Amino acid sequence: MQKGVMRPGHVQIRVLDMETAVAHYRDRLGLIHTHTDSQGRNYFKGWTEIDAFSVVLREADEPGMDFMALKVLDAATLAARKQDLIDYGCQVETIPAGELDGCGERVRFDSPTGHWFELFAEKEQTGKWGVGDRNPDAWPEDLKGMKATRFDHCLLYGDDIDGTVDLLSSVLGFQLAEQVRDEEADLRVAAFLTVSMKAHDVAFVRHEEKGKFHHASFYLSSWEDVLRAADLISMHDIALDIGPTRHGLTHGQTIYFFDPSGNRNEVFSGGDYTYPDHPVVTWDASQLGKAIFYHDRQLNERFLGVVT
Amino acid sequence: MAEGHRITLAPEGLAFSCGEEENLLQALQRVGVAPALLAAIPVGCRGGGCGVCRIHVRAGEYRTGRMSRKHISEADETAGTVLACRVFPESDLEIEVDPSAANPITRSPTIAKQQRG
Repeated sequence: MQKGVMRPGHVQIRVLDMETAVAHYRDRLGLIHTHTDSQGRNYFKGWTEIDAFSVVLREADEPGMDFMALKVLDAATLAARKQDLIDYGCQVETIPAGELDGCGERVRFDSPTGHWFELFAEKEQTGKWGVGDRNPDAWPEDLKGMKATRFDHCLLYGDDIDGTVDLLSSVLGFQLAEQVRDEEADLRVAAFLTVSMKAHDVAFVRHEEKGKFHHASFYLSSWEDVLRAADLISMHDIALDIGPTRHGLTHGQTIYFFDPSGNRNEVFSGGDYTYPDHPVVTWDASQLGKAIFYHDRQLNERFLGVVT
Repeated sequence: MAEGHRITLAPEGLAFSCGEEENLLQALQRVGVAPALLAAIPVGCRGGGCGVCRIHVRAGEYRTGRMSRKHISEADETAGTVLACRVFPESDLEIEVDPSAANPITRSPTIAKQQRG
């Protein structure tokens, strides 16, 4: 958090059909549906999140990700990082407070991989859903589906991942926690970045096309909960991608599936931690099968190639 | 299983059955006896979003669910180029794998590298 960037704040995802999307994120992932705004966008949060929302769905002609936002410490940090981003050469736009309900001013900027990110300093805090912060009970009883606890990270696909890693590291203080390298080609194939103790707050995989969305990920408390998510995927005939399994990269326990518009979701538990003095963990591209699917150790074309 | 419509893949002539309430890709996966078909039409997101199951319908009546405009333009849709996961047959169909398909699965440099091996 050396540059005052604290954590992921929200992601805005495009969906082809709002009604089925709301049902998926609310009833299957088990996010709390907080409200619908005047533009018809729908807002959600994981029950442990203190913010008013962390996922926004917007109906559009193409699925994918509009932007991912990061929360900074305060207004002064927001102003300072905005100037840093301009000096770095980013295209920077200021989105006025209230454009997303309950969120303060946002600084939106582009990246070498073609993804749009945002910084913000203020968002309404409605507290952990169903438990509050005064003598809180362990969990609320009225949760649905997979009971996703929080929006955790995004994995994004794009061409110049070294450029985006440099931007996020040098301007926003991200730390490279893990990477995949193809030594033969002297090429970084994947990068996992963090501003916290997590193994990743955002990750990138090298891909020919800019601005692609691989998945948004949500945290569960245990491997048992990942298996329970797998049961729900079968019970409701949700399009499974892969899992339940464990990743070599980050060592998280995971399952992947698709929302009704073809955007990939992950729910996972566990995973490694990162302190600022930790060396970068590197997986060799020759071990990519094991790096991605620790048990099968086989690459899966759909997992690698299908994006929105 | 109710009687479905006969879906024929040109030019090989491989055929499978698909009901009106299921999409072509679901039927293809259910059949499971036609690996050549599955190889020809990859299974991606199954939600009209990723574009890998792009096909061309040469003949027959069908309805579609919403598909990503990035992969299927209005002109494509009018010309019968669609995503198999969003096509619900209303008669027997003759389909072909879209000859112009730029399949995103094969565009990943990571996969290309692995395939070169």
